[in-house]
Amino acid sequence: MSVIHEGPYFNPEFETLTREQIEALQLERLQKTVRHCMNNEFYRKKFAEAGITPEDIKTLADVRKLPFTTKQDLRDTYPFGMSCVPLRDCVRLHSSSGTTGNPTVILHTQKDLDEWANQVARNLWMVGLRPDDVFQNSSGYGMFTGGLGFQYGAERLGMLTVPAAAGNSLRQIKFIKDFGTTAIHAVPSYVTRLYEVMKEEGVDPRRDTKLKVLAIGAEPHSEEQRKRIEDMMGVKAYNSFGMSEMCGPGVGFECPEQNGLHFWEDYYIVEIVDPETLEPVPDGEIGELVLTTLCREAMPLLRYRTRDLTRVLGRTCPCGRNHIRLDRMRGRSDDMMVLRGVNIFPIQIEKILMQFSELASNYLITLTTDEENDNMTVEVELAQPTDDYNQLQALEREIRRRLKDEILLTPIVKLVAKGSLPVSEGKAVRVVDKRKVYQ
Amino acid sequence: MTIHQLSIFIENRSGTLIKVLDALKEANIQIIASTIADTAEYGIYRLICSEPLRACEELKNANVAVALSGVFAIEIDDQPGRAAEAVKAFSEAGISITYMYSFLLRGKGILIFRTDDNEKAAAVIRDNHLKSIDENDLSALA
Repeated sequence: MSVIHEGPYFNPEFETLTREQIEALQLERLQKTVRHCMNNEFYRKKFAEAGITPEDIKTLADVRKLPFTTKQDLRDTYPFGMSCVPLRDCVRLHSSSGTTGNPTVILHTQKDLDEWANQVARNLWMVGLRPDDVFQNSSGYGMFTGGLGFQYGAERLGMLTVPAAAGNSLRQIKFIKDFGTTAIHAVPSYVTRLYEVMKEEGVDPRRDTKLKVLAIGAEPHSEEQRKRIEDMMGVKAYNSFGMSEMCGPGVGFECPEQNGLHFWEDYYIVEIVDPETLEPVPDGEIGELVLTTLCREAMPLLRYRTRDLTRVLGRTCPCGRNHIRLDRMRGRSDDMMVLRGVNIFPIQIEKILMQFSELASNYLITLTTDEENDNMTVEVELAQPTDDYNQLQALEREIRRRLKDEILLTPIVKLVAKGSLPVSEGKAVRVVDKRKVYQ
Repeated sequence: MTIHQLSIFIENRSGTLIKVLDALKEANIQIIASTIADTAEYGIYRLICSEPLRACEELKNANVAVALSGVFAIEIDDQPGRAAEAVKAFSEAGISITYMYSFLLRGKGILIFRTDDNEKAAAVIRDNHLKSIDENDLSALA
């Protein structure tokens, strides 16, 4: 792919396509993707069940003839059942934790990784970063795609890239000062944490650093939170959307207008559907985001139900990009929680709590924003009261420890008396989200 | 040799204690002594009362999280040094007192405590001629 290193666009030939050009390119790539899916037994079966063949895709609207793909499909075909290329052609594997069974696996060919890096580079270029910049990636590495995704993207753009990873705030601040870091990628709650430590250390981000851009994502945050982060750090903060099933970060990103995220339509077909009827909803109405990959070799995904809720804001933009603009994510159509960048299902919590004979079956998960940090409180009913404080405290500690092993975050655990949590008719309310983002 | 104590799990929010007290009042149960310690999230409300077995049932019926436990009650003279003597006897026998509270009843001091070894504790009470009192004594004094 051609890259010019000047001007406002990283891939001008793709970023500035007209609507007609985008759609023509999408149709061509969709047809190719559907044909490619025929290399895979899972898709062949799905097409047969739906009574379609690749030849049925004649217009872009025909994408709606294709069956949906879900996370459950990924689990059912674990580990390699959805690959459309031989395993020897794959060079990378990312996996998400298994919650109710198998984890999910995403495979990449070298070309997939190159395209992924290109998307991230395109995003970072879009918000004004250039090869002179120093990019500090303060996000988890390893299986979490925010690490390697931004690493390769920032390097592709040509920046000096620091894989600082998450945590160790004092070292982060030292790097920011010593290396002249101009851009940071982190989950929003970590940026806030970083600021708190800066304050304690007497570091003023405006005076003592060269920071100019923050990329924040992987956890829901409100416009107000973004503004607070911008005020604290004295720089612009841009919202990033990614999900490991698509590749990771790079799928959608805000431009300098900060009016919705551009989803790259040369890479994806974006649909917003009613999560109940699965029919498309009109622009402006909230529905579930459904994505079809257009450039993936190893694991193309057709009409993947992301479970994220959003809406279409527009298809034009003063920045000159006609790629669809979507609102920040407004929640989930399933019960998944995203806390500090970690995906958590209530069933994971339940599974652990039910291992304790001391506990009753009623529990309540409450998500709150305390100062600037998102926290999880797990209240659980005690099956049998006791006369022993030590026993209760040991029980709390053990619950906390096992929950941390499962969800990788340490929740606040509160034991409550049996019968004190609300019992609802039918499906119990297990999660109360009081975080600022949803208010 | 032990007497019944009610141990009630109480969350630290308003209304939880009154729920217990109201239930006891409805059941016409008399509280003889009680203690509650504060922790951040919850407390164990321990109480000695008249008719502890019935009280426990009544509380359970009122959806109160309650457990019965056995504690020692010994009577001591209401004079300086008596509590020290009593506790020393246990300490010398290598028995840990998990918790203890005390109150005055008709001019007599009553020590309520739980130990980590009830059998040994009972032996210490006998050997040292400490005056263990039972529920009937308590109710009579109250």
